Amino acid sequence: MSADGPERAHAFKKGGHIVIVGASLAGLRAAETLREEGFTGSLTMIGDEPDQPYDRPPLSKQVLLGMVPAEHTALPRRREIDADWRLGVPAIGLDLDAHRVRLADGQEIGFDRLLIATGVRARPWPNENERDLDGVFVLRTNGDAARLRRRLAARPRRVLVIGAGFMGSEVASACRELGLEVTVAERGPVPLVGALGGVIGSVVARMHREHGVDLRCRVTVTALEGDPSGRLRRAHLSDGTAIDVDAAVVCLGSIGNTEWLAGSGLAAGPRGVACDAGCRAFDVNGIVTDDVFVAGDVARAPNPLYEYNFLFLEHWGNAVAQAEVAGHNMISCGSARRPHLAIPAFWSTQFGVSIRSVGVPTFADEMMVMQGSLEERRFVAAYGHRGRVTAAVAFDQAKWLDFYRELIMAAAPFPPSFVPVDRPPVMRSMSPEFPDPALPSHGATVTITGHLPNDQRVVFTPARA
Amino acid sequence: MRLVVDLTRCQGYAQCAFLAPDVFTMHGEEALLYDPNPDDAQWDRVRRAAAACPVQAILVDQTEIPATAQEGTHVR
Repeated sequence: MSADGPERAHAFKKGGHIVIVGASLAGLRAAETLREEGFTGSLTMIGDEPDQPYDRPPLSKQVLLGMVPAEHTALPRRREIDADWRLGVPAIGLDLDAHRVRLADGQEIGFDRLLIATGVRARPWPNENERDLDGVFVLRTNGDAARLRRRLAARPRRVLVIGAGFMGSEVASACRELGLEVTVAERGPVPLVGALGGVIGSVVARMHREHGVDLRCRVTVTALEGDPSGRLRRAHLSDGTAIDVDAAVVCLGSIGNTEWLAGSGLAAGPRGVACDAGCRAFDVNGIVTDDVFVAGDVARAPNPLYEYNFLFLEHWGNAVAQAEVAGHNMISCGSARRPHLAIPAFWSTQFGVSIRSVGVPTFADEMMVMQGSLEERRFVAAYGHRGRVTAAVAFDQAKWLDFYRELIMAAAPFPPSFVPVDRPPVMRSMSPEFPDPALPSHGATVTITGHLPNDQRVVFTPARA
Repeated sequence: MRLVVDLTRCQGYAQCAFLAPDVFTMHGEEALLYDPNPDDAQWDRVRRAAAACPVQAILVDQTEIPATAQEGTHVR
C-alpha cells in the first residue's frame, strides 16, 4: 500500500503495516509516537538484542560503579504500543522493491513503511587476535557492561582505557571512583579534543590527573599482549613504553549498524544512513525514498541551522526528538510533515562534574568563556562560526544552556553582545583548538559531511516541546 | 518500576534527591545518578520526585502504574 495523498494516508494509518528495525531508544519512542498519533495498523519491532528496550547512558556510570545491575536499565514506556516483538534476531537484508526485511533466522517480513533505527556499535579493537584476549572490553550493550563490571569488581591491578573521548573519560572516572589504578591512552593532545576542542580538553586533562588517572596523550596503543592462557597482561604504546594491565577498555568511538543494508540501494555506510530533515532515507542516487525512514544514532540528516550539513549525532536527546518526528511523518503527508530541527545537545558525567553541550561545538572557528572560569571548572563557553553563535558548553552550569540554545536558534552574533553574570575579568575570543579534520580521528561526536543547496525560503523555528 | 531522567533537560535542582534519596543521588554539585529500575516500593516517592522536578525531566513508565498507587497509598 502506498500512502500518497490524504485518502491513502488515512487508509495506511488505519490498517497499514509498519516495521521498525532497531528496538532501542529511537525505535521505542517512534513506536509510541505512531500509536499516540493514531496509527492503528500492525507494528513489528525487530531488535538484534534479546532484551526489551533499555537505556545505555547509565551503563558507563551507575552500572560500572556497581550502583545498578547492568540488566536494570529498562526504558520506561510512554504508552502501550501493541507491537509484534521479534527480539534477539538481527535484520540481515532489505529488499526495497519488494518492501521486505530479511531476518537472520530466515524469516522475511513485509512492510508498507519501514523505520531504520539500528543505531551504532562500539568500534572493536582492530587486531582480531588481541581483541579476543580475556580482559579486552568494549562498552555499548548491557552485556558489555555486565562483563566489564564483573572484571572491575574483581579488582584488576591496572585498567587501560584506550581513547579519551566521552566513553573513555567516563570509564576512567568510574575506575578511579572504585579506587582502581587506570591509564588512559589518547592519540590527541588532550581528552575530548574531537568533541569540545583543545581549550576545554585541557580542563578535562587536569580533571583526569587530579583524580589520579595516569593520562598519556599523543600516544597510541600499538599492541595488546596476552599470556599463554590468553589473558591480557601488557600493553605496548607508540612511545616505546609498555605497561602491565589486567583489563583494557577499547573506547574508540562507534560504527553505524548498516551492514544489513548493503546492496539495498540506500545511502548507507559506516557513518549511518543519510536521510532528509523529515527522516526519509536517501537512496544511493541521492533521491529521497517514500516508505523508508531513519531515526536515532544511525541517521545522518541535514540541519538547516548548520548550513545544511549532514549531522551524524550520537546523542540521547536527538534519538528521542528524531524518533518523534519520524513517527509523525510516517503517518502524515504533505505539509503535515515536520522537519527534525532540534538543536543537538548532550551531557556527560565524569569526575563528579556535569558536562553539557548545546549546538555543534565542532562547527566553530572561535570560542569565548562567557561565565565562570576554566580554572574553577565551572563555566559556560560559547562557540562561534563566522560571527554567529553555534554552540555552548557548560561545566556544572547547566541552568544557563537554555539561554544559549535560544541564541543559537536566533543565529545571534558572536562574540555575544550581552553582558553575562559571573563574567570573567577578561573576555577574549580564542581558537577552540579542534584537530585538523584531515587527520584521522575517532573522537568527534558529530560528523559534518556534505551539504544541500541553501534554500533561502527556510525559516528556522524551534521544534515543538 | 522503570524510569528515565532526561539529562539534557536536568539542571541539578536536586529535588528528586531529597524526595526519593534511595533512587536519585547527586554526584558532585550538579551531576545526577539514579536507579532506572527501582523497587516498586519506591513508587510513591518517585512519583513525588517526578512531579516536583522543576524542569520535568523525570519520565516514569505510564503502562505499569500500580492501581494502589493511583489511590495515593503505598505499594507493598
